[in-house]
Amino acid sequence: MLYREAGQFKSSYAEDQQIFPIRQDRIALAVFLAFAFLVVPVIGNQYWLSAILTPFLIFALAALGLNLLTGYAGQLSLGTAAFMAVGAFMAYNFVLRMPWLGIIPSFILAGLCAAAVGIVFGLPSLRIKGFYLAVATLACQFFVLWAIQRWGWITNYSTSGVIAAQKVAIFGYAVETPAEKYLLTLAIVAVMALAAKNLMRSETGRAFMAVRDMDVAASVIGIPMMKTKLLAFAISSFYCGVAGALYAYTYLGTVEPEAFTLDLSFRVLFMIIIGGIGSILGSFLGAAFITVFPIFLNIASGWTSHALGIEISHALVSNLELIIFGGLIIFFLIVEPSGLARLWQITKEKLRLWPFPH
Amino acid sequence: MKRNVLAMAALAAAAAVGVSTPAAAQNEQFIPANYYWVGPYAPGGSGFGGGIIDYFAMLNERDGGINGVKLTWEKCETEYNNARGVECYERSKKKGPTGATVIHPLSTGITYSLIEKATADKIPVISMGYGRTDASDGRVFPYIFPLITNYWSQNTAKIKFIGMKEGGMDKLKGKKIVNIYHDSAYGKETIPVLDAQAKKFGFQVTHIPVPHPGNEQQAQWLQVRQIKPDWVILRGWGVMNPTALKAAAKVGFPRTKIVGVWWSGAEEDVIPAGDAAKGYIAAGFNLPGSEFPVMKDIQKFVYAKGKGEFEDKSRFGSIYHTRGVVAGILTVEAIRLAQTRYGKGKPITGEQMRWGLENLRIDGKRLKELGAVGLMQPLKVSCMDHEGGGAVKFLQWDGKKWNVITDWIASDQSIVRPMIEASASQYAKEKSITARDCGKEG
Repeated sequence: MLYREAGQFKSSYAEDQQIFPIRQDRIALAVFLAFAFLVVPVIGNQYWLSAILTPFLIFALAALGLNLLTGYAGQLSLGTAAFMAVGAFMAYNFVLRMPWLGIIPSFILAGLCAAAVGIVFGLPSLRIKGFYLAVATLACQFFVLWAIQRWGWITNYSTSGVIAAQKVAIFGYAVETPAEKYLLTLAIVAVMALAAKNLMRSETGRAFMAVRDMDVAASVIGIPMMKTKLLAFAISSFYCGVAGALYAYTYLGTVEPEAFTLDLSFRVLFMIIIGGIGSILGSFLGAAFITVFPIFLNIASGWTSHALGIEISHALVSNLELIIFGGLIIFFLIVEPSGLARLWQITKEKLRLWPFPH
Repeated sequence: MKRNVLAMAALAAAAAVGVSTPAAAQNEQFIPANYYWVGPYAPGGSGFGGGIIDYFAMLNERDGGINGVKLTWEKCETEYNNARGVECYERSKKKGPTGATVIHPLSTGITYSLIEKATADKIPVISMGYGRTDASDGRVFPYIFPLITNYWSQNTAKIKFIGMKEGGMDKLKGKKIVNIYHDSAYGKETIPVLDAQAKKFGFQVTHIPVPHPGNEQQAQWLQVRQIKPDWVILRGWGVMNPTALKAAAKVGFPRTKIVGVWWSGAEEDVIPAGDAAKGYIAAGFNLPGSEFPVMKDIQKFVYAKGKGEFEDKSRFGSIYHTRGVVAGILTVEAIRLAQTRYGKGKPITGEQMRWGLENLRIDGKRLKELGAVGLMQPLKVSCMDHEGGGAVKFLQWDGKKWNVITDWIASDQSIVRPMIEASASQYAKEKSITARDCGKEG
């Protein structure tokens, strides 16, 4: 009833090909973006902005990068955290050694460095697929961390190997408060998400999906395997690199190699599995689930122990959190293996018929 | 019908929860308990957390708080993870009538992440016995307090101990020392001070990293066997420690020549190694034991009433437990001192706590009043020196318990202090911070 296309006519190819062809979608998106950019920084308190929303956006960007590689191009990769680490450390080095560049060009260059590393470790994908490729990218994960710990230049020879991110300033305007950091992150993530969506609707995206579905057939019809696969690794690593740089500059403020372990790679992989492989929205939904839900469980357990008046042992609470979280992941995968994005799609389809059942 | 009844019951319960928020008492001092009770480092985190909460609970029971201001706390699990530590900090920093009083991150990584945030929020961070080492220079790091002793001081005391065992510092010339360290920020912190001392005293030092978490150390200890050092310094954490001792036993390196840091010197580090740990020496800035008067008070006022933090009573008096108690003592004494200046019997803010910490003095007489003589060393904090102590004792494991084998060995500040000031001024330059002038402050 509300979600009907009746009366909306497209009179040009541009209108027909837009990302959100239905007017209600465009209005909803505009409202949502206005809320995110204008209302949230004003009403959001510091805890929400700096501990929940900013990491959510950063991990959504990393999940987006992995989704481009694994979801759209079909190349399984476990090196996400390593690419984020490269992005973070190289961003630090660019700001340190070339401060005249500015922070956004430094992020872009850091992303390009991560892309270069991605291309190098994506070379095995030309020969191996699936699980075996995952193991090759696992090598990337360990090697990059080892290299960062051994190569003193990259941490500016700091004794502890932990680097403190410098202050962020865009055109002389300092980005210091949580609201400003949130806005910077949101702007970067929004632009890159739009770029990713358009990329996947273009010829490159179709080449990726052809490689994912059946790479032999793709090469038969003339899609160049090496270029496509390496491009997928490069773009994905670029996104992960920028996410890593944001992680250092707008979220934690310090970077150490221990923050980018295999654990983080798996976490990002779980985000896209839960959220939906091969879907841009899925990256965001999965990131929201995995970053926000454990904190919600932690706070909720505090409420329940207050409400019921019993003192639950704190270790039990923390372990329960992990158990419930794991159980929910299994539940989601049984109920909807295609992820939360598919649930959203089904909702929209039902909405088109609403209030009619069929 | 049944579904409706259930729904109504659920709504009623939720409403009751929403309404029954406890009235915020005004005369309370809130201290966040952001430690870790799960994960590979849980024994250390839960021991320390148990100790500090036990001490606060004892103070509330025995004395009614500090001049009538009761201490309150809320636990938050950080899982020894930086992101979770920052999230717990953000969640807890505004609680209580005056906000969070002080933070004990119990992790070098989390301390690093909190340095800027806590300084901006004016909440002091006590990193007792860990990093950031150059925060001992209080002019550049006004809100960070690596109290009692930092890694570099401890390291010089260790070399002094080794010199003592060899028969004099001049006998160190030509000796070989291996530094086996956990390959993390924590592990790497002592490399420069060891190199500086190697140059000064003429011994040879080899640094061997063990990748996290340290379950596999065969390769490293074979390397040790090849080097045939006179002493090995073990700078481990968590499961790396018992693995190191077992590996040392396998290659036949005498454990009496292995000296560990205080994060490698707790019961949880040696008991899993069994017989391989006998004779192992470790440094400590606090001593274990349940006979100190303060520990007896905790037993009387907290555990006897069934409210202690440990379900496993055998952990009472262990090194991490007493370490937590020492942290509690420092926190409470600083609050007490701040109250003398800013108003007795009223809760203090983080900024006032910072003043209290910076002017903290605990001498032998006060230690006796607290019932902690021998548990910790006397302390004197100042604006220049956020460390305040710098001495360590050495303990040896005999298979059943830790025995103290030395008196307090002071650190060599002639080596440590210049390095700290150099490192702190480099940080200040990088971050465009102007160092405070200690002469001008009250």
